[in-house]
Amino acid sequence: MAGLATAFGSGAMTNSITDLGESDCFLITGTNTTENHPVIATFIKRAVTHRGAKLILADPRNIELGKFATIWLRQKPGTDVAWINGMMNVIISEGLLNEKFVTERTENFEALKATVSKYTPEYVEKISGIPAGDLKKAARLYAKSGASAIVYAMGITQHINGTDNVKSLANLAMLTGQIGRPGTGVNPLRGQNNVQGACDMACLPGNLPAYKKVTEAADRKPFEDVWGVSLPDKVGFTIPKIIDAAASGAVKALYVMGENPMMSDPDVKHVEKALKNLDLLVVQDIFLTETGNLAHVVLPTAGWSEKEGTYTNTERRVQRIRKAVDAPGEARPDWEIITLLANRLGANWKYASAKDIFEEVRKVTVSYAGITYDRIEKEGIQWPCPNTEHPGTQILHSAAFTRGKGLFSVCEHIDPAELPDNEYPLLLTTGRILYQYHTATMSRRSKGLVSRTPQPFVEIHPDDAAKLGIAHGDKIEVSSRRGSIEVFAEVNGRCDKGVVFIPFHYSEAAVNRLTHTAIDPVANIPEYKVSAVKIRKVA
Amino acid sequence: MVITIDGKKCEFTAGQTVYEVAKANGISIPVLCHHEQIKPVGACRVCVVEVEKARSLVASCAMPAEDGMVVHTSTPRVLSSRKLSVELLMTQGHHNCITCESSGDCVLQDLAYSLGIESPRFGEPETYRELEQANEMIVRDMNKCVLCGLCVRACNEVQVNQVLDYSGRGPTAAVGPAFGLTYENSDCVFCGECVRVCPVGALFEKQGRFQGRANDLEKVRTTCAYCGVGCQMDVNVKENRILKITTPREGAPAPNFGSLCIKGRFGYDFVSHEDRLTKPMIRVDGELKEATWDEAIAYVAEKLGSVKKKNGPDAVAGLSSARCTNEENYLFQKFLRAVIGTNNVDHCARL
Repeated sequence: MAGLATAFGSGAMTNSITDLGESDCFLITGTNTTENHPVIATFIKRAVTHRGAKLILADPRNIELGKFATIWLRQKPGTDVAWINGMMNVIISEGLLNEKFVTERTENFEALKATVSKYTPEYVEKISGIPAGDLKKAARLYAKSGASAIVYAMGITQHINGTDNVKSLANLAMLTGQIGRPGTGVNPLRGQNNVQGACDMACLPGNLPAYKKVTEAADRKPFEDVWGVSLPDKVGFTIPKIIDAAASGAVKALYVMGENPMMSDPDVKHVEKALKNLDLLVVQDIFLTETGNLAHVVLPTAGWSEKEGTYTNTERRVQRIRKAVDAPGEARPDWEIITLLANRLGANWKYASAKDIFEEVRKVTVSYAGITYDRIEKEGIQWPCPNTEHPGTQILHSAAFTRGKGLFSVCEHIDPAELPDNEYPLLLTTGRILYQYHTATMSRRSKGLVSRTPQPFVEIHPDDAAKLGIAHGDKIEVSSRRGSIEVFAEVNGRCDKGVVFIPFHYSEAAVNRLTHTAIDPVANIPEYKVSAVKIRKVA
Repeated sequence: MVITIDGKKCEFTAGQTVYEVAKANGISIPVLCHHEQIKPVGACRVCVVEVEKARSLVASCAMPAEDGMVVHTSTPRVLSSRKLSVELLMTQGHHNCITCESSGDCVLQDLAYSLGIESPRFGEPETYRELEQANEMIVRDMNKCVLCGLCVRACNEVQVNQVLDYSGRGPTAAVGPAFGLTYENSDCVFCGECVRVCPVGALFEKQGRFQGRANDLEKVRTTCAYCGVGCQMDVNVKENRILKITTPREGAPAPNFGSLCIKGRFGYDFVSHEDRLTKPMIRVDGELKEATWDEAIAYVAEKLGSVKKKNGPDAVAGLSSARCTNEENYLFQKFLRAVIGTNNVDHCARL
């Protein structure tokens, strides 16, 4: 999100889900859409099959969308800046850029031009493995189509230079003017039901709701007025820093609501050591998670179908959830628990319902001000929605960027933090699969989902498997410098030679025992998409 | 441009079908093989109408409106043809409503009832086909299939999963995955779009079977709990239990317009899993022991207070959740900032 915020002034999906159906050309990268956002994939597949829209797929794995692709660019993991710069090199050298858009709506173009000049398709081929001819075709297709949409997800961001990857995609869209109109834009797909909302609501160490800065007195003031306290002005710790601070003893108490860092964070051994070092670990959840097992206090909460409230989806649409059944036993909604705690610590909060809280959110969050429970009774509204007459916003940046002019950033290719070597010769990339979800506390407790993928697996190329005497279904040990796990071999052609893929859903084979803690310096996102491993058949 | 339907002048725009114009003007024509998101094929003939000067009855769902057209939707000729069509549909299978999951939510049942069909005129087929119910999610009862083709068309046109197709001819005609494979053994990804559009009891959800039908169920509209698409869905509840997740057959809202994936449609049963936490717990002598809410809140507040006092507010941190609501996330960061006094708050957007 930091990347888009730098380029455009707003770190959210620029266009809308329905709008994707109007695209003439898709550039899809770092998103296995049919598995991780299946319903969004239907809009893309329909556009391609029914309307003849073109699809450029840039993905190291031969994913399902490959069947629909006009061109498939198979980059080596961790080389995204290079191929995106390469596309811009072609666009500039062939005069396919949108000069009017660049002149009127952007700044810093000369610096971009100078940087991408060395990323010729031939140079990029050496770094990324993408044939120069394919890259040229892709660049032309993207630039020349009437409306081209970029769609990406964690395959772009989970790198040490994830922010640069995103900035590069933003550069590409601005260079060609493929933004601010229907069917265009730079569209990050958010992986969880309410990531967008959690960001909007400022569960981020440097922000107050609606992306106000904790460091700015003027930004803090409205919140201090409504909340009746003076607020801290120092940017707090991100998750990786919180874990480090817990390990070092700087953080002594950690309150975890609905998170499972023992599964989701890199280098689980390090996380475990850190959490065990705390004086107080409170875990509030619907199940006893791997993290809950280490807690001093566990608080049972009401789940998704047991409470009222709102989620904000990937296209900024604020939608209701409603209570359908009672929570089990004494479990209660998270907001009630937080209120109890706050009041026990001397606050005087009087929220009686989720709606009460939302009314306060509207008061302090400009982009949500026009959204009310009544207005979203039947259909959600997309922020920004500044007043109750406003219909919501489907496309951002149509007349001007949120920050005024769009900013071209200069990004250079850098190698991933850990590449394969003689000792650990394979490149491991991680992600999700269709039938499971995140740390799987929910999806592995669902009969139907479990029946589809009961056991952890590693995808491996047939040539690599043959070399190591591995057959489909064999039990395999996968090791990195951090640890090792046992999984079953899925020998297929989805990964290229030298690359293996393991989903991160399985606690008995938690792939984050293998991943490393190198992070993007700006966004603090771990490099889940590249680490070095070795594998062997377990006798 | 204007057409006249049952004496009512109706304006329309080029490309609209007679059925669509009628619907937009509050004139109801029954349909079975038609769906607003799927190209019309006019296969079932249930939607026939009489068009003046036309040689025969026409399928209104597939007939483009033309300026000056005069249409009658319920002449004796139309009704008798419609009745015959439904009777013929009924003869293709065993339509036993007594234990059918779709009873109360079945287009064929509604048609037979409204047309006053007392019993199947042409009898039933002699063979009875085994139900396909090996998988945990979808049951296929091909005895009830009327070959409307909506499942095939939804699989290809709406979800573009390209798994279902037609096979056979005449009495052996069938719908399903290639080579007669079961859903389980085919490339099916269990999105359930076929179940959503099936107008009869041929495809239905397995988990809540024999536990409640349309008339027993309360539908609660909500947003899916899984990925960030934010699909709108209806939780079907009976006696405080979720029996299934459905989406409206037609008229479903953005962003998903009724489509879901396997997780949204079939991944709800974690809610009632026996592992759910039901009581607060506090660790005593290395073990988590049940406690009252009052004890647990007092314990946490006391500890947080003392850490803050001894080590300062920045010795406290919070991890919030992209799974929780906006209201809860708002309150969580407000708690850390306004009550504890630290900006150490983050969530899993990065992971």
